[in-house]
Amino acid sequence: MKPNLILHVVSKFLIPLIIVFALYVQFHGDFGPGGGFQAGVIFSAAIILYALVFGLDAAEKIIPSHVLRILASFGLLLYAGVGVVTLLLGANYLDYSVLGSTQIAGQHLGILLVELGVGITVAAVMLILYFAFAGRGRT
Amino acid sequence: MDFFIDHYNYWVVIFLMMVGLYTVISRGNLIKKIIGLNIFQVSVFFLYISVGTVEGGAAPILTDGIELYSNPLPHVLILTAIVVGVAMTALALALVVRIKESYGTIEEDEIHELDHSL
Amino acid sequence: MENNISLLLVAVPLIAAPVVAVLPRGRLPWAVTLVVTFLCALFASMQLYGVLSGGLISYELGGWAPPWGIEYRIDAVNAFVALIVAGIAAVTLPYALLSVEQEIPEEQIPLFYSAMLLCLTGLLGITQTGDIFNVFVFLEISSLSSYALISLGRKRQALTSAYQYLIMGTVGATFFLIGVGLIYSQTGTLNMQDLAVRLPEVAHFKTVNTGFAFIMIGIALKLALFPLHLWLPNAYTYAPSVVTVFLAATATKVALYVMLRVLFTIFPDSFLLAAHARELFIVAGIASIIIASVYAIYQEDVKRLLAYSSVAQIGYMAMGIGFASATGVTAALIHLFNHSLMKGALFMAVGAIIYRIGACRMRDIHGLGRAMPWTFGAIVIGGLSLIGVPGTAGFISKWYLVAAALEQEAWISVAVILFGSLLAVVYVGKLIEALYFKPVTESGKSVTEAPLMLLAPTWVLVFANIYFGLDTELTVGVAEKAAAILGVVNP
Repeated sequence: MKPNLILHVVSKFLIPLIIVFALYVQFHGDFGPGGGFQAGVIFSAAIILYALVFGLDAAEKIIPSHVLRILASFGLLLYAGVGVVTLLLGANYLDYSVLGSTQIAGQHLGILLVELGVGITVAAVMLILYFAFAGRGRT
Repeated sequence: MDFFIDHYNYWVVIFLMMVGLYTVISRGNLIKKIIGLNIFQVSVFFLYISVGTVEGGAAPILTDGIELYSNPLPHVLILTAIVVGVAMTALALALVVRIKESYGTIEEDEIHELDHSL
Repeated sequence: MENNISLLLVAVPLIAAPVVAVLPRGRLPWAVTLVVTFLCALFASMQLYGVLSGGLISYELGGWAPPWGIEYRIDAVNAFVALIVAGIAAVTLPYALLSVEQEIPEEQIPLFYSAMLLCLTGLLGITQTGDIFNVFVFLEISSLSSYALISLGRKRQALTSAYQYLIMGTVGATFFLIGVGLIYSQTGTLNMQDLAVRLPEVAHFKTVNTGFAFIMIGIALKLALFPLHLWLPNAYTYAPSVVTVFLAATATKVALYVMLRVLFTIFPDSFLLAAHARELFIVAGIASIIIASVYAIYQEDVKRLLAYSSVAQIGYMAMGIGFASATGVTAALIHLFNHSLMKGALFMAVGAIIYRIGACRMRDIHGLGRAMPWTFGAIVIGGLSLIGVPGTAGFISKWYLVAAALEQEAWISVAVILFGSLLAVVYVGKLIEALYFKPVTESGKSVTEAPLMLLAPTWVLVFANIYFGLDTELTVGVAEKAAAILGVVNP
């Protein structure tokens, strides 16, 4: 691919901003609009932009496919794991109230962890999808 | 006439729904079918969200001084349905890629011919 | 702990699915899946026992009380269907090991089992939940994983049939979603019990009627009720053997359960009785019994023959619903159980043949019955059960169905049920003739009996066919109780 100076500079400027915005949406999700689904997609958009500009191989060096697969599983397990912890603490599945010292603290911690799990899985799955389609027919 | 204007959201939904379903049924190209299916699904998302609106209600984010909110439940439901839709689209596209690789075409009638000439 | 069984039934396969996906190749993914399905079968039987002895189980997810939160609400109906799904999964998994190793590329095996577990999660989730939107979500979880599973078949037609199923399945699920949205806009609730309370007040609105129609068509597509069955024969024919066994024995059954729930629990009885919905079910039932059975007779592929026979069997269940009487619904539920047993056994036996010769067209299997006596025996007994010979499970369901038809003096239905059995004699006979009485082909001479790992699960289901044909306490008892819970009475 012929390097294009404008694309390189602009995307290097944009990618950190996109990632910061993704993190904002992720961790602001319990106070305002946002959450794991949206954050995960925005985060993966940053990596996909990188892959579009710098090539698929460069992007796969940042996050190799097998790491993505583990991350996708890990996110789902984090979600389900929160549920299992609440079960073990004697409450119903995904009843976050028992996670903290007070009910509000528990709910807060629970939703934060669950959304984190969702965010990791969504970002990883989006990238897996992109790599799977973009890498098809290359080898 | 007021009947049409007052229910304009339903007309939009019905129009999109029919466009989508018609595309799914009438097109032989597998990718176009998926596009039709997506339009069909999006029309249902519109249906839910427009039904959830409360006249004069604000966006459902807790803010001081606001009494009336729109119903947030349809939004949550549709967020789930959107994710289901994304998964469906990804799977369908993956299937189309594999079909293209093994048949060399994504036209339904040509695939049909290839299967029956064996 | 006891309260959590209903939840664990869904959560355990869900948690296991991502774990299995990242396990190394080899037999470990299979072993983990096996343990999980056995656990599920254990939980499901404990749940059924709990429901039969103690009554209703209600589980509030996240501690949010219904109707705001999602509630798992288990009575005899769900517990019965959940046991079928989990039980079939537990029998299928030992069978899966060799068949999957042969049919699926090695690097895809962990993902294959992961998709199996997701499919199981979805199907069990549908049976457990008491929230109608949750039904849609679980329906899509199970459907999406089954599209992926079907596409793994060895022939390239597997891809097109998975695509076809995906399009029709998604249209069906979206219809269901439209219907749920319409009734939600009138009642403001998604909890099934709450809907049952609120729907009678708004039952005369056109919106609710339209919603009812959308939901019915959506489920009928998933159920493969004639004439919406077009995806089923291809999907069953080209899917890997294990997937066919699992889906044929569970997926349509769960759709039938949703149908019963929507008709009898959620909507007031007037919807089925007043409109011509009843007649529609009976007509669709009659049409699928006759047309699909005739189609089955002319099939050249054994799996496709059995798939068309499945469409016909769904017709019997639809007919049972159409009678709208306690006996009719009992018959539908019994047939739901028995049909999973017979189709499970038959598809397993056919899978054993495919394991040995790699194909299952009629001309490939000539004379194999003599080389594979145990497999042949399973097909004979499964076939007899399909016909409804006394002493097999199939007889019990046909008996109750005929009884339900006689109650209402529906002579045409009685005639169709008997005629359908005659057609079954023809296509089962054709299968047995090819397997036993035709001369062995050149390539068929070296064929030996299938390995024990395939035969043992097959024969477990074959014995179940005979056992439940003789001892009807579990099936009929539970089905009658379930029909009573659904609130159907003899008119």
